[in-house]
Amino acid sequence: MSPETLARWQFGITTVYHWFFVPVTIALSLLVAVLQTMWYRTGEEKFLRLTKFYGKLFLINFAMGVVTGIVQEFQFGMNWSEYSRFVGDIFGAPLAFEALLAFFLESTFLGLWIFGWDRLPKKIHLATIWLAAIGTMLSAIFILAANSFMQWPMGATYNPVTDRAEMTDFGALFVNPVFLATFPHTLAASYLTAGGLVLAVAGYHLAKLNKPNRTPQEEKDASAYRWATKFGAWIVIVAGAAVSLTGHAQGVIMEQVQPMKMAAAEALYETEGGPGRPMAGFSIFTIGTLDGSRPIFEIKIPGVLGLLAKNDPFAEVEGINNLQAHYAELHAAGAMQTATDGTVNALQKAYAEKLKTVGIDNFAPNIPVSYWTFRLMIGLGMFAMALGAFALWTIRKGRYPQDTRLWRLIMLAAPLAPLFANSFGWIFTEMGRQPWIVAGVLPTASAVSPGVTQLEVIISMGLFTLIYGTLAVVEVGLMAKYAKAGLPQVVEPSIKGEDEVLSFAY
Amino acid sequence: MTLLAMEPSNLQVLWFILIAVLWTGYLVLEGYDYGVAMLIPFLGKNEKERRVIVNTIGPLWDGNEVWLLTAGGATFAAFPGWYATLFSGLYLPLFLVLAGLIIRGVSFEYRALHPESRWRNTFDWMAATGSFIVPLVFGIGFANFVIGLPVVQAPASDRLHVLAGQPYFWQLFSPFALLGGVVLVVLSLFHGSLFLALKTKGVVHDRAVAFANTIGVVAIVGGAIFLVWKNIAYPSSFGLLDWVCLVAAAGGLAAAWWFNKSERDGIAFAGTTVAILFVAIGIFLRMWPNLGFDNSLIADPAAHLNRVTAASTELTLTIMTVAAAIFVPVVLAYQGWSIWVFRKRLSTKNIPDDVHHVAVPSA
Repeated sequence: MSPETLARWQFGITTVYHWFFVPVTIALSLLVAVLQTMWYRTGEEKFLRLTKFYGKLFLINFAMGVVTGIVQEFQFGMNWSEYSRFVGDIFGAPLAFEALLAFFLESTFLGLWIFGWDRLPKKIHLATIWLAAIGTMLSAIFILAANSFMQWPMGATYNPVTDRAEMTDFGALFVNPVFLATFPHTLAASYLTAGGLVLAVAGYHLAKLNKPNRTPQEEKDASAYRWATKFGAWIVIVAGAAVSLTGHAQGVIMEQVQPMKMAAAEALYETEGGPGRPMAGFSIFTIGTLDGSRPIFEIKIPGVLGLLAKNDPFAEVEGINNLQAHYAELHAAGAMQTATDGTVNALQKAYAEKLKTVGIDNFAPNIPVSYWTFRLMIGLGMFAMALGAFALWTIRKGRYPQDTRLWRLIMLAAPLAPLFANSFGWIFTEMGRQPWIVAGVLPTASAVSPGVTQLEVIISMGLFTLIYGTLAVVEVGLMAKYAKAGLPQVVEPSIKGEDEVLSFAY
Repeated sequence: MTLLAMEPSNLQVLWFILIAVLWTGYLVLEGYDYGVAMLIPFLGKNEKERRVIVNTIGPLWDGNEVWLLTAGGATFAAFPGWYATLFSGLYLPLFLVLAGLIIRGVSFEYRALHPESRWRNTFDWMAATGSFIVPLVFGIGFANFVIGLPVVQAPASDRLHVLAGQPYFWQLFSPFALLGGVVLVVLSLFHGSLFLALKTKGVVHDRAVAFANTIGVVAIVGGAIFLVWKNIAYPSSFGLLDWVCLVAAAGGLAAAWWFNKSERDGIAFAGTTVAILFVAIGIFLRMWPNLGFDNSLIADPAAHLNRVTAASTELTLTIMTVAAAIFVPVVLAYQGWSIWVFRKRLSTKNIPDDVHHVAVPSA
């Protein structure tokens, strides 16, 4: 394997793994804050129990998110040193901001929240979980701004003397249209996932309580679980709608600034739509030739692709082969631009002459990967929404779900479907950007660390896989254990004196 | 915005200092929680004692670790050339650091989630091992920055530097560097045991004081040899300041040891804090202006890797400076508040009997 391929696998494995924990961290922190606020406002014990219950699940998940996140910050330099040097002037700043503004906030205030039940007045304790939740959102803002720069590098130009991208406008990172669509999309996808988790755990217990002669305690539990099932289901439905809308906005921008990614997502080899051609169809199923240059068999819905990409069923959507030819021509002329609608990217323009000397000949990503991950993302997301609606319908008007194997499977799928939709979405957006690490500027192959040997990458990748695999077993086991244990009994928190027993300690 | 080649600037000086501050903050803060975590299996003779030890750092360790992440992020943003060459050059050591941080980071939270003693012992040992690996590797690393990591230009890009003779791994283990690793571990243990003495009462407190008394001697002797060796063999360009740092660090350690004997826990902990501060300052003085790299293999001085060629543009540094000026004081304020909130000493009396999670009895 080439060093580039190895480094990409390592980044892929560690990033997809890290993102298993991120959506739940972002969204569940805020949902727990909402639950605690409801307890603070109403004084109902139900909400305190729910806060502690989902808070525990959140913390089990958060611990993994933190430790796998450290790897992310280090590995840019470890595996991608030329990338780090080349874009550090603009890409480094959001990472530094993320640490300074977000990581300190979430880690400090989460520590205060976990251990503060006996130490802080109620109101201040409530504020700590809100601040931690805000920290997770700030973190998302900075890292998505950094990632959006890689998709559409705004705010920088190329300096031939230092041979790197240099910042011209920091604010551009946050008004980048890719960022403006990606941030709400990612946020909504996080709520879809966390909503699925809230729904699943409560729905599982609600079915268990579907029996005659419930004790008064069980009636109380059932009421809390019913509330949480509905709460989770509504979050799934609303977040699902938001994911679809923001996803569409993202698709329109992708078609504008990264049309090759859209073409790959659709396995659209030849341009469709536009004057004199039939409408561009959204592909339900395509099998391509092995060399990936044309389709053998496909099923399409006419007009939908035009709608998705350009809000117009008759619009022209460019195909892979046309874009490949177009890019090759631009590149040969030293004028590489990824957008084909005339939008000029300053960094791409400034770097194009230099890029000619680097040389790149294939401008298309891996088509089957792009095509299938795109469909799995959409399909799993919609499936999750359908599960939310189904759960809501099942428990309508005080009904209980049947404690059947099917219901349990549905409850298992409610968080896992959106979680994997997240993974496929990221695999799509990152694989679809190839062969670029910075779209239209730096090829991924030129970005790897030249000094790092294959052996080093193989050692670290092997051990990361081992550690991550072991921890996955531990964390899934803990999640299952605490999810199954159900709502804890709680005592009203109070500030404890010197030698009193704390209500919580590690 | 200028398209000229990089020139020396005051902002580069400022950001070098700020990165030194971030590293120093990390070593001072997380130094104690490495020490405390290493001591869990040794100073805690039963489950409640071990829980007392874990809970002294429970609410604080994660915030302490962010100093390291911010140091990393700030290096990336302010000196991309430094970040790129260092992180790729020390690939395996950094992997070890990551592995150490991962296994200790999950342990504090996860140990409490299952009452079985084998489960808890496993996580206590993971916490201790991870907390041993990280300062060991960083100690060896910083000693190598003192020596100077030899750099050359990468074959494909004149502007990118790589370490000469990569994979640069076995070269890291010179006697001086190994001593650096041991000294940082010992210093963390001393610092951590004093923290534990400060934050506990009863039997754990007494054991921490006794342990500090022993490890303090090792820290003083080891630290002194390391700093004298450093100042003679690898002097910085600041001459006398090297020795000022040495004296201040030695004074801090001696005071820590002395006041621990009379159980003045607060002053003793301040002593190791001062010591770590001045050890770090001494090392960063030596790293100016070549950032811990040895450029002697590069003939052209303009192609050296140093604070000028590694730095970001003035625009980036200016934006970062504004952000740091606003947010560093805010962070210091709330982290300080968090330390204050958890100021009370803990003892086994504070630890609840069973695991905190009680399942609802399903009658």
